Amino acid sequence: MKAKGSILVVDDEEIVRDSLARWLEEDGYQVDTAPDGQAALAKLAAQAYAILLVDLKMPGIDGLQVLAQARTLQPDAAIIIMTAYATVDTAVQAMKQGAYDYLVKPFEPEELSLMVGKLTNTQALRRENVLLRKALKRQCEFKDLVSKSPKMEAVFELARTAAKSNSTVLILGGSGTGKELLARAIHAESLRREGPFVGVSCAALTESLLESELFGHEKGAFTGAVGSARGKFEIAAGGTLFLDEIGDISPKLQLDLLRVLDAREFRRVGGSQVIKTDARIIAATNRDLKKLVDSGSFREDLYYRLNVIPVTLPPLRERKEDIPLLAEHFLAQFRTEMRKPLESLSGEALEMLMAYDWPGNVRELRNVLERGAVLARGPILTPLGLELGPPTLPPGAPTDTPDSLREVERRHIEVTLKQHNWNITRAAKALGIDRVTLYNKIKRYQIREDE
Amino acid sequence: MAGEGTILLEWMGEAPMEGDLLERVRQQVETTFAIPTRVAAVNGSPADSLDPRRGQHSSTRILRWILTTLPPGVAKVLGITDVDLCIPVLTFVFGEAQVDGPAAVVSTARLRLTYDGRPASARLVEARLLKECLHELGHTFGLVHCPDVTCVMSRSNSVLDVDQKRAGFCRDCRQRLRALTEERDDP
Ligand SMILES: Nc1ncnc2c1ncn2[C@@H]1O[C@H](COP(=O)(O)OP(=O)(O)O)[C@@H](O)[C@H]1O
Ligand SMILES: [Mg+2]
Ligand SMILES: [Zn+2]
Ligand SMILES: [Zn+2]
Repeated sequence: MKAKGSILVVDDEEIVRDSLARWLEEDGYQVDTAPDGQAALAKLAAQAYAILLVDLKMPGIDGLQVLAQARTLQPDAAIIIMTAYATVDTAVQAMKQGAYDYLVKPFEPEELSLMVGKLTNTQALRRENVLLRKALKRQCEFKDLVSKSPKMEAVFELARTAAKSNSTVLILGGSGTGKELLARAIHAESLRREGPFVGVSCAALTESLLESELFGHEKGAFTGAVGSARGKFEIAAGGTLFLDEIGDISPKLQLDLLRVLDAREFRRVGGSQVIKTDARIIAATNRDLKKLVDSGSFREDLYYRLNVIPVTLPPLRERKEDIPLLAEHFLAQFRTEMRKPLESLSGEALEMLMAYDWPGNVRELRNVLERGAVLARGPILTPLGLELGPPTLPPGAPTDTPDSLREVERRHIEVTLKQHNWNITRAAKALGIDRVTLYNKIKRYQIREDE
Repeated sequence: MAGEGTILLEWMGEAPMEGDLLERVRQQVETTFAIPTRVAAVNGSPADSLDPRRGQHSSTRILRWILTTLPPGVAKVLGITDVDLCIPVLTFVFGEAQVDGPAAVVSTARLRLTYDGRPASARLVEARLLKECLHELGHTFGLVHCPDVTCVMSRSNSVLDVDQKRAGFCRDCRQRLRALTEERDDP
């Protein structure tokens, strides 16, 4: 049988709750009851209801207050206020505050049947429309990436083909469009999936740090290099090396990289032994690499080396049909992570997300929803908890530098630690800070010894 | 369905029990559900069911009372009364049942009148009573309201609705009823 939506009956009289619940159960509804406003709000925070039948006069939190809270907790639920004759004025006021309708006690069974029936029909219709739309616009997937846009389907198709080869892949697309996720997916789909996936962000490091990060170094290669260390090219043996933000590397490293890609071999910094590499290269950038080539800041020969299989991820604003799907996808993740009964977005909230243009793409969407999920007091996310656009800062306040500075610091500490084989005293000395400070930073940034 | 116990039709009206009427209803109930069914007049009545302001009885309180006086060996009890029933928020109800529970109650009060308030013929009353008995017992076996207005499980809000339906289950409800009772037979 088709499952009907559930109904919450809120009334302080036990016999009313009991009889009304039974009456509605005979109609096949799932019925839940609450003896007062307080209990009702707790239920509203824990589970979604299609219809609320709320008594107007209750001690403590009354029907109007429940109504007001319910409008924000579960904006898609229809609220029917039950009232005695004497309080019809208040019921009219309730209508103005967003109640669906009111019933004056005692009401005709016919009246209740019609009202509840009509409501569930329109709600079922709305739900079916959503499901229908979903079925018509079929969804595509590639590992952890989901989408229902034809553009993305083409991307996934290309990525699947690329995964089967060993060719270098160049992923282009704005920040937060899913470049790294796609790189991981290609790796996971490839024959190298048992091998390591090793990522390097080329933008976050200084030239010399990046160099030793990529190629490793020998003992004494530079001040403080007390031991030798393998670089990412070595670690990625048999697997995939993901060079993120490739558009940001210095001319010297561009040349080094070109050589490695050509000869498939390299030397550690300060070393003389030639090391072979078989790592599969996936590079990504949010910059317009072709433009960088034209302006001379990116080597044309390296560009052609990397541009073997170019894959471009479209910005989120060019595939808005993905917004509801991604929102659902992320809510499901947060539901498990946060152990909160998150169910969906209100209609209004979804409209708001659809209208926005998402300069930060999928990452921004995820962040907005994560914040919303943390703040959510009920199963439905409403526009109230969703803040779009850059956080409003007082005039003159620094913009987004704190984040990137922190990121640079984290990576710098991580690399320094590695260069000193995690000898905290030496690393602290090299960093010019004391050991306690370094310990604190390691804890704060959650830096761990192995990758 | 042997181990199911019996269905008890319990007369709890203020007027004396109409034996012939109830016997005919009993036979139909027994054939429909294929469960031994008997009729008995009840001893006593719930003290707290009358709402003096409304002059009606609370079906919910009667139901509770039936539950406290459940005789052994009986699977389902359907109380049949001649007082007008209501629940606090509704002007009246024809009956009330526990979905998938042991007890139900039905009233003949409104079934005895035509839509405009004149006495209905004995044949019409009997037909209506049988339908409402099958309906409420259907609930106790786990059935909910049926959208088919000719099915006995459709909700009736007036005697016109009752007259519109047949004294039997539609195909869907019959199937569902079979599934529900089999579920119970072999757990
Ligand atoms: N198509 C998608 N399906 C599911 N999650 C996605 C998708 N695209 C991006 N994400 C998520 O969005 C966030 C940003 O993705 P990321 O790959 O780091 O972007 P980029 O590397 O392009 O900046 C990550 O949390 C990622 O899991
Ligand atoms: Mg990235
Ligand atoms: Zn019914
Ligand atoms: Zn039916």
